[in-house]
Amino acid sequence: MTNKLNNIIIWAENKPGVLYRILWLFRRKQFNIESATAGHSEIPGISRITITVLGNENLVKNMCKQLAKLIEVVKVEDVVDDLLVSRELALMKVAVKDKEEKNDILRIIEHFRGRVINMAKNSLIIEITGTEVKIDAFYENMKEFNIMEFVRTGRTSLFK
Amino acid sequence: MKTKLKEGQKVQGADIICECLIRQGIKCIFGYPGGANIPIYDALYKYPQLKHVLVRHEQGAAHAAEGYAWATGRPGVCFATSGPGATNLVTGLADAMLDSIPIVCITGQVPSPLLGSDAFQEADVLGITLPITKHNYLVTYTEDIAPVMHKAFYLAVTGRPGPVLIDITKDAQVNYADFHYPKFTDYLKNKLKIKATPEEVTQIVNALNSAQKPLIIAGHGLLLSGDGTTLLKVAEKQDIPITLTHLGLSTIPHKHRLFMGMPGMHGHVPANRAPLEADVILAVGMRFHDRVTGKVSAYAPQAKIIHIDIDPSEIGKNVMPDIGVVGDAKAVLNQVLPKLKPKQHSSWLAQFEVWKKEEKEKVFMPELGSHKLKSAQVVAELAEQTDYQATIVADVGQNQMYAARYYPYQKYNTHFTSGGLGTMGFALPAGMGAKLGDPDREVWIVIGDGGIQMTIQELATIVQERLDVKIALLNNNFLGMVRQWQELFYKGNYAETRLKNPDFQLLAAGFGIKSAKVKDLSSARKAIAAARKYKGPYLIEFIVEAEENVFPMIPAGAGIDEMVVSIEDLKTK
Repeated sequence: MTNKLNNIIIWAENKPGVLYRILWLFRRKQFNIESATAGHSEIPGISRITITVLGNENLVKNMCKQLAKLIEVVKVEDVVDDLLVSRELALMKVAVKDKEEKNDILRIIEHFRGRVINMAKNSLIIEITGTEVKIDAFYENMKEFNIMEFVRTGRTSLFK
Repeated sequence: MKTKLKEGQKVQGADIICECLIRQGIKCIFGYPGGANIPIYDALYKYPQLKHVLVRHEQGAAHAAEGYAWATGRPGVCFATSGPGATNLVTGLADAMLDSIPIVCITGQVPSPLLGSDAFQEADVLGITLPITKHNYLVTYTEDIAPVMHKAFYLAVTGRPGPVLIDITKDAQVNYADFHYPKFTDYLKNKLKIKATPEEVTQIVNALNSAQKPLIIAGHGLLLSGDGTTLLKVAEKQDIPITLTHLGLSTIPHKHRLFMGMPGMHGHVPANRAPLEADVILAVGMRFHDRVTGKVSAYAPQAKIIHIDIDPSEIGKNVMPDIGVVGDAKAVLNQVLPKLKPKQHSSWLAQFEVWKKEEKEKVFMPELGSHKLKSAQVVAELAEQTDYQATIVADVGQNQMYAARYYPYQKYNTHFTSGGLGTMGFALPAGMGAKLGDPDREVWIVIGDGGIQMTIQELATIVQERLDVKIALLNNNFLGMVRQWQELFYKGNYAETRLKNPDFQLLAAGFGIKSAKVKDLSSARKAIAAARKYKGPYLIEFIVEAEENVFPMIPAGAGIDEMVVSIEDLKTK
């Protein structure tokens, strides 16, 4: 069976150690986590965690059943891409030499519908959201400049 | 049992711990005091209805709690202190996790302000035990003790049972809080499925009704679900041969005409041949462990597999079933039973007689007819003298396989062992726990010379508690199972498997335990009879043939079709 990217969405009690238990299970089952995001959900006391892993479908399914067994986990879903709207947020700090370079960068930002959220004398901080593909493409375009820092949150998803 | 605390009463955490144990119906605790749990011990003296058994090592406490749980069906409880006390529990917790045994361990932890400071006897017990417990807790506030304990006991026994650990900081034990005992809450209401859906029942019934060569493989899950009578009714109604996995042994009487033995690496011939020919396999409360299936691709090639288990993650984990049903083994069988039409499978059953004859001629006769003393003879003799009714607590290795293969268990739930983890040293403390849990049992600990030395300190506990347990020490002066592998697969290179053993009789005498040493079958007979007559602990050292091998055997990594019944058989294959 081929490896595909699996979206695993987990609802769990917001208590100390819960995230640790969940991530431990991924390690135990030998999955490498591609991305993980966690935060409060619309239900008080319940966190929502989106994790993406590459892996064999059967192994992922079995791990989801094991995740569901964790006492503090309320619900687990392994969802195909088509059923989800997914976004990722990235932040980038880039050095700016001169006005010409700044204009080049601003044009790229405009094209990718990003925003400048901090402007210093010699650098910019850019915020961009979108799919992984879009952020990858943005990064590719920015590589010719002096990228000082780059961070991305990983995928987070809602059901359509 | 009489409780002491009133609702809302302000007391110390240690009192709440004891009170919760009483409310859970606990009568016996296995433990070891230390700096971080002294307050619990201090409170324990106010509760004489809680019997405390002072083990000699915390691993002994965990295994004893397992034996207790196995014998009584109720959770076994251990106490240990922080740091080394808690880390010594680890092997027992892992053992209980793999074998689904409900135990609750309460460990003391350093005071909460010191957590994470590498304080004296501090270990991250929550982190260490997370992978080997069904669930675990760190309690730092006194008011959390009662709710956590209530939930811990519920989790240990509900669904697929398992170990739960509660790590309680010393300040939480000492501080005061109002005692509030939780009213029952269905903690797992969304996670437990006990019964099969009507569609699932129909699927199972249709598969069984149309089967020509059906086979039942039942495991620990069925044993845990209460009794084997429903399974027997299903099997008898449709004339289906039954095999029991290692941890499922003693679920039904082994002398029943439909019982065909134990499948697996050292299982019985019929139980290993049958999956190759069966057209429908009804697997109940078992998990297609690698020791049962051998190489999965060669396992049950033409069978439609029905898999019933209470743990959803077991369905499809090792073998993908055609019909996978999440539910309690007995409950689902009870749903299926009335819908089954009576059937006969005489030619299929006749095939089993051929397999049985093969095993009798090639394995049983040479083993049991040997002129040198063999472990198989000892176990068979023990079985006969105890009228197949004793509780056998087997250790790990060759002795374990002999206890599984040569004792026809006629009484429900009388075979305890460390199956999943294979923990040498399990049997001595587990046998002790079994006897304490159910003193009416005749408990025989079957153990090798390697295993007994791993937890031998518990002989002192046995003496202190005046426990009437009998120890059958099968001494071949080898780590027998590893030696067998070395002989068969490592060119006879007996690397580090020869043991220079102590004088076990002197050792027993040192602990104050009566003992005998025998080298032949007739004196073995007499010694077993003498031990049974004696009231109190008794150790018999059987000097068995040094280089005996357990057969049949499915070599590691091979398929069940590659099972061999003797050394000659292995050489020709």
